[in-house]
Amino acid sequence: MTNPVQALSKSVTVNDSPFMKPMEWLSLLVLAGFVLVVLPVFLDGFRLNLVGKYLTYAFVALGLVICWGYAGILSLGQGVFFGLGGYCMAMYLKLEASSVENTKIQSTPGIPDFMDWNQITALPWFWQPFKSLPLTLILVVAVPVLFALVISAAMFKRRVGGTYFAIITQAIAAILTILIVGQQGYTGGINGITDLRTLNGWDIRTDSAKFALYFVNAGLLIACILAAQYVKRSKLGRILVAMRDKEDRVRFSGYSVAGFKIFAFCLAAAFAAIGGAMFTLQVGFMSPSFVGIVPSIEMVIYAAVGGRLSLFGAVWGTLLVNFAKTSFSESFPDLWLFGLGALFIAVVLAFPNGLAGIWREQIEPRLTRRVKALRPAPVAIPHGTPAE
Amino acid sequence: MAEDNDSGPRSALRRKLLMGLAGLPALAMLPRGAFAAAPATAAINTTKLAVTDSEVTVGILHSVSGTMAISETGAQQAEKLAIEQINAAGGVLGRKIKINQEDGASDWPTFAEKAKKLLVNDKCAAVFGCWTSASRKAVLPVFEQYNGMLYYPTFYEGLEQSKNVIYTGQEATQQILAGLDWVHKEKGGDTFYFIGSDYIWPRTSNKIARKHIENVLKGKVVGEEYYPLGHTQFNSVINKIKLTKPKVIFTDVVGGSNVAFYKQLKAAGIDLSKQTLMTISVTEDEIDGIGGENIAGAYACMKYFQSIENENNKAFVAAFKKMWGEKTVIGDVTQAAYLGPFLWKLTAEKAGSFDVDKIAAASADIEFKGAPEGYVKVDPNHHLWSKTRVGRAKTDGQFEIVYTSPELIRPDPFPKGYQ
Amino acid sequence: MFGEYSLGDLGAIFAMQGFAGLILFSVYVLMALGLAIIFGQMGVINMAHGEFMILGAYVTYLCSTFFQANLPALFPLYFFIAMALAFLASGALGMLVEWGLIRFLYKRPLDTLLATWGLSLILQQAYRTVFGAREVGVELPSWLIGSVQVTDTIEVPINGLFVMAVTILITVSVALLIYRSRFGQQIRAVMQNRAMAGAVGIDTERVDRYTFGLGCGIAGVAGSAFTMVGSTGPTSGQLYIVDTFLIVVFGGAASLLGTIASAFSISQTQSTLEFFLSGSMAKVLTLLAVVGILMLRPQGLFTLKVRR
Repeated sequence: MTNPVQALSKSVTVNDSPFMKPMEWLSLLVLAGFVLVVLPVFLDGFRLNLVGKYLTYAFVALGLVICWGYAGILSLGQGVFFGLGGYCMAMYLKLEASSVENTKIQSTPGIPDFMDWNQITALPWFWQPFKSLPLTLILVVAVPVLFALVISAAMFKRRVGGTYFAIITQAIAAILTILIVGQQGYTGGINGITDLRTLNGWDIRTDSAKFALYFVNAGLLIACILAAQYVKRSKLGRILVAMRDKEDRVRFSGYSVAGFKIFAFCLAAAFAAIGGAMFTLQVGFMSPSFVGIVPSIEMVIYAAVGGRLSLFGAVWGTLLVNFAKTSFSESFPDLWLFGLGALFIAVVLAFPNGLAGIWREQIEPRLTRRVKALRPAPVAIPHGTPAE
Repeated sequence: MAEDNDSGPRSALRRKLLMGLAGLPALAMLPRGAFAAAPATAAINTTKLAVTDSEVTVGILHSVSGTMAISETGAQQAEKLAIEQINAAGGVLGRKIKINQEDGASDWPTFAEKAKKLLVNDKCAAVFGCWTSASRKAVLPVFEQYNGMLYYPTFYEGLEQSKNVIYTGQEATQQILAGLDWVHKEKGGDTFYFIGSDYIWPRTSNKIARKHIENVLKGKVVGEEYYPLGHTQFNSVINKIKLTKPKVIFTDVVGGSNVAFYKQLKAAGIDLSKQTLMTISVTEDEIDGIGGENIAGAYACMKYFQSIENENNKAFVAAFKKMWGEKTVIGDVTQAAYLGPFLWKLTAEKAGSFDVDKIAAASADIEFKGAPEGYVKVDPNHHLWSKTRVGRAKTDGQFEIVYTSPELIRPDPFPKGYQ
Repeated sequence: MFGEYSLGDLGAIFAMQGFAGLILFSVYVLMALGLAIIFGQMGVINMAHGEFMILGAYVTYLCSTFFQANLPALFPLYFFIAMALAFLASGALGMLVEWGLIRFLYKRPLDTLLATWGLSLILQQAYRTVFGAREVGVELPSWLIGSVQVTDTIEVPINGLFVMAVTILITVSVALLIYRSRFGQQIRAVMQNRAMAGAVGIDTERVDRYTFGLGCGIAGVAGSAFTMVGSTGPTSGQLYIVDTFLIVVFGGAASLLGTIASAFSISQTQSTLEFFLSGSMAKVLTLLAVVGILMLRPQGLFTLKVRR
């Protein structure tokens, strides 16, 4: 039995095409048009904000495509990085919302309310950097990436592979959740960091701000897709794929396998962190329920549904699963878990390449056939990689 | 019968057609002239809420799916019962209450999202819902921003007060202090051991309890332990209890941990008929899972028990069982949730309006004499004055009420000297 | 902390704490044994392991209500029947799952993880639909409740002893089955070299199915035993999954002895820490220590040397 994922990737690896092929430009255009034009025109503010929230998960799915689809490292702890990014942003916003003016009923004004309730009288040292916006913006990415670096360097240098890595990241997600919930004086505990109001004086709760943030979010997402595309098309991307399929051969060819894996994992962490920060901005709070195992695994399914090898698929997959979740759980809350469970199984058994796979294998060949039938095919075009 | 409503044959006919035959029995139960008395919609709804000449829409927002569904079912059922009873008695300001239910799915952003939907899209005049503190914290900014009205049923840690929320459960001091006084006086409780699940409500409640024990009762807290939510191994802490021999074990363990804790306590030979144990997290609902034989003898500190003897409660328990089945049990939060729709109705009638600002302003000093727990009153701080009761768990899963505070206790969400 | 207690008290407490550690150890071994067979021997990551355990717990619940209603005379003995039924039910479901799902995925271990996670969601919802969202209370026969008075101050809970006995019984049977029986030989052969095992006439598919069924069946027994100490609800199974996987991985996946050693060290660490620190911190420190050690020694405590 051949592995369909590997079979597909073999046709991808050797390719001397430019940055993006016409089909990919088209995909990008369709996605950008849908997210930037169609949705804002047709959805009301409420639904648009909802889509904005889903799109923040797409950052995570995007990271998973690189780190799982291309590099073969399945992380069940992406929620950790999503959460860390989100918490960094939330800490800044919370400090801004806890001005001395706003918190004058507290016994220590000027610190977040939950600290005051827990008899903390001075801002802890690790909250200090979040008084500054530029520093916060750096830390939003730096903290999760550093954390990812520590984890992955320790493990990949010792050649901890696939399943072990997945289980360990899962344990890390569990540990971090217990820690955040338990240290409520410093983290806001299970309630998370709530009641966030302004970003550098700009009220993020208003409809116009939410509208603007939606576009910032979508823009960042497209930027991340392009960055991921750059990695994927570069030599690096091909080494990642080679490594996933035959790690030892890459190692014997003289490459530092650990180094590439660490890079892929950190990149995924960075994407997740950006998503987390945008989540905080759009939703207005951050809580430990996004750090744990369940959200982390759910994010993996977004990437799997979209197609673990497709950057655009990751975004579509995220949108599709979340739309289904919202509409299903509104009408048949009981059926939703059955549906989600079946989706996991179906994606693994029947469609290992997700939506993107269906597109490539079913729809695109038919489309090209149609197009060809319409006009006489020029003989010179080589029909090399139909699977793409 | 429908012709008896003297709001004109034409509108009666139209209404009959609209509601279909199913609506007839309910219509028949209306007191004479219910529609005639209804004030004009424009006068009672100046903020574009979902109020028509015959209907007012409210939201119910609880978890139907996910881990919290277990706890929130009772609250949601009580709210539906209350609304049905209000409708049967003629509705609010001449309008039937229509329910728009949303599922919070045990997920806090979903709660925020659905709260926004109920307020922005559905224009609900009031929302009854939320259970955990985390879900309330998540929806609070939404209710404040879009000026909605939330009736929140759970006993909680306090430290919060909002124009847009009516807290129908007890805040921590109301729930705990009278119970501690009682256990101190009646059981000679001077040493306490605290065990809780590790999150904000147990930690805050225990903090208040500790201050009270140390400063007022001059007792001692000999141990304080928190375990992660869902933890199921309590043998080590049970040994520590055996070592420290506290007079009173004071627990606020929640969820599945509860079941494990009481089973292991019993297995370790701690006999609750000899060792005093006071809990603030076990209601009739929880005993279902723990098993009455495992917890019999423990004292719970609540404002309501299903076994309260009064006419209101008898009627409430009978109606609840009729609607939701003979086997259902009613816990503290379920009763508190039942109060929400009634308090809202009384407030709307006092304010003569559905407008949220007017409801918020008129809420102070609203009295509800028909509450199953007995008379309750809304304080200007939007919490309820209520009594504290101590019940002793029996093997059949019910509580025998051993103490009822003589007076209503004033809600004090920001207790001085306890922070 | 201990200044104010007499030596006798302290001795008694340490003895009881030792028992607490042993009970935790038994619980961990029971949880991990089934997984160690499935993950260690077959390389399949079964995220639905907790749900197989809960199936066993629900079977026990059904048995207890059945015996109470129909055969009250036999109620004291129902637990043994319940455990046997739990083994059969979980084992049968396991074989069904292997046949319908797992066998397509042996070459893609990471995908088994996703598929079994999906399975766990479906099972959870199924339990919720059938048994309700609330936890169910499993009534124990009276002889399982209470404690044995060893000395004046030392008491040992009977159900703890019972869990220990079950653990020893199951562990010994599994060890005998795998290392002494013909079927065990086949399992090991298939694990070490599938193609060769097939070539010498072993029906590898059948072996896979029974191995998976065996692992799930043991999970069912564990769940049945846990009704004595834990809760039984649709989502209770999820609570065990992280601990269980860490134990198996920490032990070195392919070794039963490793699993036992790892369960022992983790449970002793945790129960000692729990005694000196607060509960949450003890848990965090234990997990951190395990993860830290795994980062330094990813192969786990024990490794089986096989040429791959």
